[in-house]
Amino acid sequence: MDAPVPLSEPDASALASRRSRHDRTGDVALRALTAGAALLALAAIATIVYEVVRGASLSIGHFGLPFAWHQVWDPNRDIYGALNLIYGTAITSGVALLFAAPLSIAIGLFLSELAPSGVRGVVGALVEMLAALPSVVIGLWGILVLGPFVQNDLEPFLGSFLGWTPFFRGEHHTGGLLPAMIVLTIMIVPISSAICRELFLTVPRELKEGAYGLGLTRWEMVRGVVLPYTRGGVVAAILLGLGRALGEAIAVTQVIGSAQGIHLSFFALGDTLASRIAAQYQGALTALAVSSLAYLALILLVFTLVVNVAAQVIVKRFERKQGR
Amino acid sequence: VSRLVATGSVRRRKRKSRLVEILAVLSSARAVGALALVVLSVLVKALPALNLDLFTKTEATFGESGGGIAHAFVGSLLLVGLAAAMALPVGVLIAIYVSEFAGPRAAMVVRSALDVLNGIPSIVIGIAVFSLLVLAIIMLPLISRATQEVLALVPQSLREASQALGVSKWRTVLRVVLPTTLGGIVTGATLGIARAAGETAPILFTSTLFTNTVSTDPHHPVASVPFIIFTYSESPDPNLHEKAWAAAFVLIVFVLVTSLAARFVLHRAARMLRAG
Repeated sequence: MDAPVPLSEPDASALASRRSRHDRTGDVALRALTAGAALLALAAIATIVYEVVRGASLSIGHFGLPFAWHQVWDPNRDIYGALNLIYGTAITSGVALLFAAPLSIAIGLFLSELAPSGVRGVVGALVEMLAALPSVVIGLWGILVLGPFVQNDLEPFLGSFLGWTPFFRGEHHTGGLLPAMIVLTIMIVPISSAICRELFLTVPRELKEGAYGLGLTRWEMVRGVVLPYTRGGVVAAILLGLGRALGEAIAVTQVIGSAQGIHLSFFALGDTLASRIAAQYQGALTALAVSSLAYLALILLVFTLVVNVAAQVIVKRFERKQGR
Repeated sequence: VSRLVATGSVRRRKRKSRLVEILAVLSSARAVGALALVVLSVLVKALPALNLDLFTKTEATFGESGGGIAHAFVGSLLLVGLAAAMALPVGVLIAIYVSEFAGPRAAMVVRSALDVLNGIPSIVIGIAVFSLLVLAIIMLPLISRATQEVLALVPQSLREASQALGVSKWRTVLRVVLPTTLGGIVTGATLGIARAAGETAPILFTSTLFTNTVSTDPHHPVASVPFIIFTYSESPDPNLHEKAWAAAFVLIVFVLVTSLAARFVLHRAARMLRAG
């Protein structure tokens, strides 16, 4: 082994330049590696869109756009249309949203304005745990516990009260649109309420105290200050919940009962875009059947993309307005 | 502005405010009640089938009692483990790109892409790509976002100090910044695993022909816990219903414990970063 030679001037600068070359390559390499990973995320979206469109191309060529407003879905005659399923998706998600939106806002208000700090943490964590429940477990509960309750208690009760409207009449089932709406509500609420709480916490303290200083009650303060201040964000929170409801396949498949037709009554069995795919993709016999299910997936993809992008745009505008 | 002018009887206004407060409390109680209802009914129904056999034996032949779902546990572990191994490095690298290298515009594009990815229904992803990749794609935004959140908390002065000492950027990122974000990475990975473990839709299309024996060969379709719950719940055999409840209970406990642990770790990591 050579004895260590003390570095002379030129050696040191050579070493430094070698090191800086190393560093430059390292910087470029890490930058390229991480940028490549980011491109992978973009590529994943592109692949999903491409594969769904490719899978649906046969059906698109065969049925074209009218697929979206034709009602018949008949594997025996190999004729497919999506209208029933679009209706099922819209009505279950829409009604679930009507239940979930006020609930989420109220929970957000409770967690941000009302609850004492100890309760706040515990209830907040519990609501988040509700979001973590796997949908298949909610579906299992929906079919074996909620279903019989809906059939034996809830539907007769609603029928006796509201049977004069077209929405609450007809035969009682363990499955159907009503349990699907309840299950979806359970899935939307934790998502939307967690976002609402975060939003309400961003309202500046001075504004709230100013409102109290004017002699307003707590509710008047919320209506006059908190809700106007966070309006855009609350809409986005609810849209994000809607995105989840539209695409929920498993729990809905378990409870909705896979039926044809458009029924006004919430007691009827139905089907949604996502649940039809989940229920029939394995058993699809013809190429056209598989392709039509991919077409359903494409429609669902467009719906959820629109909803999610709208939510994002609203959030961005909200953040800009706040100068963040 | 007119909303901010108080008019009317004070007593009535106070009563109205009180009413809304009560409604808010009731709403929260309802959400917590729903959680308790689901968890408790799963627990009650699962009790008869919760025994060691559940974890050590495979499916009983139709109509017979006993047996277990060991094959599903092994399958789930395998699927989720492999998917996490794929998603974890990519997710962390994306987070590093967004917070250390990208300009504001590129960062926004990548962040939006992750949000879009997070919003695509898993059943649609399941139609597009094979199941392992679906789980990885589902985990990716969760891992990346949690890592980004913690990276954003790393004080700028730490990076500047390192660079002032002549340390190059890539060494700074890998040796100084990244180690401080370990908490965020662990959180993201745990949240991702909890989510992927409960995902049924993507597996639906690929594990139809799974065997009822323990299999660790990833080339063969494997059973998984959520898939077992889904198929057993639609079966007429009460023994299988019982197994579905037991599997649901194990899944719930796993998911809730991992999500709670993840939040705890993130909370601690964030607090340490803020304090340090």
